[in-house]
Amino acid sequence: MIAPLPPAAAARSYRTPGNLVIRIEGVTKLYRMGAETVHALRGVNVEIRRNEYLAIMGPSGSGKSTLMNMLGCLDTPTAGRYDFNGKNVAHMVDDELAEIRNREIGFVFQTFNLLPRSDALHNVELPLVYAGVGPAERRERAFEALRNVGLGDRVHHRPNELSGGQRQRVAIARALVNRPSILLADEPTGNLDSRTGEEIMALFEQLYDQGNTIIVVTHEEDIARHARRIVRLRDGLIERDERS
Amino acid sequence: MTRAIYEFTESFRIAFSQIRANAMRSVLTALGVIIGIVAVTLMGTAINGIDIGFNRSLALLGDDVLYVQRWPWRRVPDWWNYVNRPAIQVEHAERLNRIFEATPNSLLEVAVPVGARGSSVKAGDVKLGGIMLFGTNADYSRIVTAEVADGRLFTDFEANAGRPVCVLGSAVAENLFPGRPSLGQSVDIRGQQFSVVGVLAKQGEFLGLFSFDNQIILPLNAMRKLWGNRMDLQLRVKVTDKTRLMEAEEELTGAMRRVRGQLPAERDNFSINQQQAFKEQLDPVKTGIAVAGLFITGLSLFVGAIGIMNITFVSVKERTKEIGTRKALGARRRTILLQFLIEAVSICLIGGAVGLAITYVTCLGISGALPELPVEFSSSLMLVSMVVSILTGIISGFAPALGASRLDPVDALRYE
Repeated sequence: MIAPLPPAAAARSYRTPGNLVIRIEGVTKLYRMGAETVHALRGVNVEIRRNEYLAIMGPSGSGKSTLMNMLGCLDTPTAGRYDFNGKNVAHMVDDELAEIRNREIGFVFQTFNLLPRSDALHNVELPLVYAGVGPAERRERAFEALRNVGLGDRVHHRPNELSGGQRQRVAIARALVNRPSILLADEPTGNLDSRTGEEIMALFEQLYDQGNTIIVVTHEEDIARHARRIVRLRDGLIERDERS
Repeated sequence: MTRAIYEFTESFRIAFSQIRANAMRSVLTALGVIIGIVAVTLMGTAINGIDIGFNRSLALLGDDVLYVQRWPWRRVPDWWNYVNRPAIQVEHAERLNRIFEATPNSLLEVAVPVGARGSSVKAGDVKLGGIMLFGTNADYSRIVTAEVADGRLFTDFEANAGRPVCVLGSAVAENLFPGRPSLGQSVDIRGQQFSVVGVLAKQGEFLGLFSFDNQIILPLNAMRKLWGNRMDLQLRVKVTDKTRLMEAEEELTGAMRRVRGQLPAERDNFSINQQQAFKEQLDPVKTGIAVAGLFITGLSLFVGAIGIMNITFVSVKERTKEIGTRKALGARRRTILLQFLIEAVSICLIGGAVGLAITYVTCLGISGALPELPVEFSSSLMLVSMVVSILTGIISGFAPALGASRLDPVDALRYE
């Protein structure tokens, strides 16, 4: 269970980053939009270590979303190298990428993306279904994950019976249930009011303290300030990479 | 392996919650499949019923009896080749029987002469028309297909002497002597009193044309006293082994040619008939029903398949974002493909089950309203219709499901 901390009072903990999880080298991405070629990324280098808390910022068109898709193994670079836990994923095919996403990456979306007709428990179980975990263990782990985000008493509620903040917590439980290497959140507070948003950020803080690696993609300074490191993109290049 | 099973059950779970959520749409979509399955099962039931009824009728003729007659049991365009054939004689039977006895390992057991003609009969005030009279001898007991329910068939002595005795079909007995025992009563046939010595058990109708219960069996010699030779005489020949009917027919042809003293170059001047002839006549009818049924089935399944393909495309479109989410969570192509295929197959299976239920109820209704109609609902039909439903689902669901499985996760997630 988490104690809802007032954000200002949350003591900022710093941890020594661990092993290298992500290493991106000279990654470029081209899109063909009709006759035009768009350079979404023009050669990006990033390294992310275990138990880092990182925010990716940038105005729209900066390549922020493209980088996120790349980090999330939803897309592959046009050129460059992307090592995830030492494995080059830049040339993987669809199903291999699905495997990586399933085991290594927990996604949190702006719009929560929960299955509307399934209860919280089943939503959280879903990555485990795809991982081939048996029903009994699945339930147990999903329960555990929901308890960990403070929703132990809401497991049989459907998304439409939950508040926005609770939905995002279900999504976070779902992202973490398969014990991924990174938690990748895309504007996680974008659809929430600021109070609920702060609650979610407090939850991220707690997850970071528990040793998770968190990457938040956002355009809000307030949100990015929670992270220990901010990567700023502009025009497909990293403009600044600063640690606080 | 276990992962595939979990994905499978997950897919079923999604499919059913999806169908429940869109119940109306799913039912309307399944309509084509329902009609198709009803058509194919009703057709199968009809053909089955015809077969059963037909075999029941043929059993009345005896499946181990060959009929020697002037005319064959089929339409002959060259009637002039038949019309001048010599009549069948009673003594042919005797001579055939001597040949059978003299032949080692003969497939033929006995030849019995049977004279047939229609007549009306009377008993007291009751007059019955359209009764079939069969005049025969005591050997008839060896070829008769009906049980003698009451009394006996006539004896050798009675037959040879042409005694006025008779055996009644069950319907004749009931109509002439309602509520009374018919044994010992007398029946007026063309002014001659025949005393009833036996009653046959109920046999039923032959192809709905002629009731075997509307017959009277009497000694052929007694019948000839009344009508002389103005009757249709035939020989019925019992075969020892009914699985070798064709060989028996050949043997009988040879024996009959000998009896008739036919030269080798001559064509047979008689016909040997067996129940097979009826079967051949029925085949085109069955083929007709099958072709019509398959046409309707094919057409409605085709329409149904297009409907299901369409609804699956819609379903994929509607749930593009969900597909993206599932892919982000680690669903592989195969998983997504399976999910939508199972959804399409489930709709088809439900349609198939509804169609089967409709056919079943229809069959119950028909057999309730017309009990004499042999309606049989077979398990193989159930199997066939389930397989057809599943195939329809797979064929119609494949293209949209494949499209869904190949969606780019980034595009799918961005889809609103």
